[in-house]
Amino acid sequence: MRFEGTDSYVATPDLMLAVNAAITLQRPLLIKGEPGTGKTMLAEEVAGALGIPLLQWHIKSTTKAQQGLYEYDAVSRLRDSQLGDEKVKDISNYIVKGVLWQAFEQGKPSVILIDEVDKADIEFPNDLLRELDRMEFYVYETRQTVRAAVRPIVIITSNNEKELPDAFLRRCFFHYIKFPDKETMGRIVDVHFPKLKQNLLREAMEVFFELREIPGMKKKPSTSELLDWLKLLVAEDIPPEVLRSKDRKTVVPPLAGALLKNEQDVHLFERLVFMARNNR
Amino acid sequence: MLIDFFLHLKAKKLPVSTREFLTLLEALKKHVAGNSIDDFYFLARTCLVKDETHYDKFDQAFGEYFKGVTQIPGLEADIPEEWLKMLMKKHLTPEEKAKLEKLGWDKLMEEFKKRLEEQKERHSGGSKWIGTGGSSPFGHGGYHPEGIRIGGESAGNRTAIKVWENREYRNLDDTVELGTRNIKIALRRLRRFAREGAEDELDLDGTIAGTARNAGWLDIKMRPERHNKVKVLLFLDIGGSMDDHIKVCEELFSAAKSEFKHLEYFYFHNCIYDYVWKDNRRRHGERSPLWDVMHKYGEDYKVVVVGDATMSPYEVLQPGGSVEYSNEEAGAVWLQRMLDTWPRAVWLNPEPERLWDYRHSIELIRTIFNNRMFPLTLAGLERGMRELNK
Repeated sequence: MRFEGTDSYVATPDLMLAVNAAITLQRPLLIKGEPGTGKTMLAEEVAGALGIPLLQWHIKSTTKAQQGLYEYDAVSRLRDSQLGDEKVKDISNYIVKGVLWQAFEQGKPSVILIDEVDKADIEFPNDLLRELDRMEFYVYETRQTVRAAVRPIVIITSNNEKELPDAFLRRCFFHYIKFPDKETMGRIVDVHFPKLKQNLLREAMEVFFELREIPGMKKKPSTSELLDWLKLLVAEDIPPEVLRSKDRKTVVPPLAGALLKNEQDVHLFERLVFMARNNR
Repeated sequence: MLIDFFLHLKAKKLPVSTREFLTLLEALKKHVAGNSIDDFYFLARTCLVKDETHYDKFDQAFGEYFKGVTQIPGLEADIPEEWLKMLMKKHLTPEEKAKLEKLGWDKLMEEFKKRLEEQKERHSGGSKWIGTGGSSPFGHGGYHPEGIRIGGESAGNRTAIKVWENREYRNLDDTVELGTRNIKIALRRLRRFAREGAEDELDLDGTIAGTARNAGWLDIKMRPERHNKVKVLLFLDIGGSMDDHIKVCEELFSAAKSEFKHLEYFYFHNCIYDYVWKDNRRRHGERSPLWDVMHKYGEDYKVVVVGDATMSPYEVLQPGGSVEYSNEEAGAVWLQRMLDTWPRAVWLNPEPERLWDYRHSIELIRTIFNNRMFPLTLAGLERGMRELNK
């Protein structure tokens, strides 16, 4: 199994190498990067490209490691016992399988996405060390050990909100998706809008990268914002000349709301435009 | 194989472990990457470096170690001749190229290969080996007219060497919190869990009691989950003699910020008087009177003061002693007032503990704080947190 990128996802050679290393050596792959650089997309694309199922586990601040393995629904068992339900005699009727268990019992390769692992409590990754390392865990209620017949491909994303423990990091491959350069960005846009007018694209990219250069921006526009913006430009049928206006610095680009999501950034940008106008 | 490389990374203070090194070797064995040095660079990075803040350090160390080597020792790989030629073309003037014709490409390349084979370790200076400095035709920074400058800016090809030479990740270094995990663990001692929020947990004891009272008919009781309920007020000394301690203070601050739900922080300079402020750039415009702070945050707040307490004793003892403005009441009065408002308070001092006895002002503040001054180290932090939890 090798991952070579897909029709709808542009992977740089270093990213492909990291993914292939994780596939070959069967270790988890930890992905970090600016928001909107396609971290979550990666897992979907890997699963799609390899033609294997994807199991997603989205982490919230209240998520516990145990929930990824299984949960024992004691409350409904208690209720059933009151109603005299036959089911109640077998405890395994009340074990709810988590994402990892589901992946382990597939019996064929699968991709597990553990999305935004940094949202959880600081101990969360530590609680999963053994499970991810050995790909097995013990169910106390039914006294059975669940073991993965085929080790799934584990892709973990993080937004860097919390630091991850060293012991956890040592067991993973790591890749930082850096913001794409102009060339890569061109390829990414090509994949999403194959018939985009070349000159419109070029002008739009100039505007986009100039925007990203503005110092002090709270939330720099990212790939996904560029794609949204292009969608709007195409839908509104904005001619490339509008973007090309000679004094680009003195005009707010059309539909800039798709690129700047933060009120302070919009103010900052407008102030810069205003100052540029006055300096003329 | 590659043990020197691994040790080199360790020497450069990269947090690499044996386990990760073995992973790299395993990956090489299974031919995850091709034989080029680019692939090796990416593979080594993905195996060994687990934080983008270390990318820059890794790039430097990698560049240093593999400078002048275009193949991995121990792996049979072709020297990318084309690539070297391209580099040479870029860096030679026409006259030099003309001179070079005398020696001829092939001969130069042959020499180069031969030396690569002979070379056992990294080399600096000298006139034969590949390395930095010196007058060998091979390597970096040499002054041989026919030298190959390896590892210069490459001619627009997107090779890895460009990445590590450019040090693209330079500004990622230091922008993210470093080494705060230990501090966080120490701060966790402060956690005090209380039940608050939505009811989403089965209260087993309550349910049993309720069911029994219900004559055996099930009465399920739920209760809210436990949350960290501790409230912290952080006062940070800023400027002046504190400049030396900025890094450790930043680490403490960033760790504290993510660890406590109820954290308020204020800045002060040297000693606390009538005013504190929240934004150091606007310290003169937006100050909060300490009275207001005392009224706003109840006595259930725990107070952590971070400061070196190093100043003139007058700044603590005399009215008008502040270096910034004329304060009506002495610092000692304000400090005492704080302690009356928030009985659970500690002072964390970034200065080494052994120096405390030599500074009068430290002694004074320590007395006011009833000896609850602790050094800003992990051990000191733990002692402080234990004190706060009493």
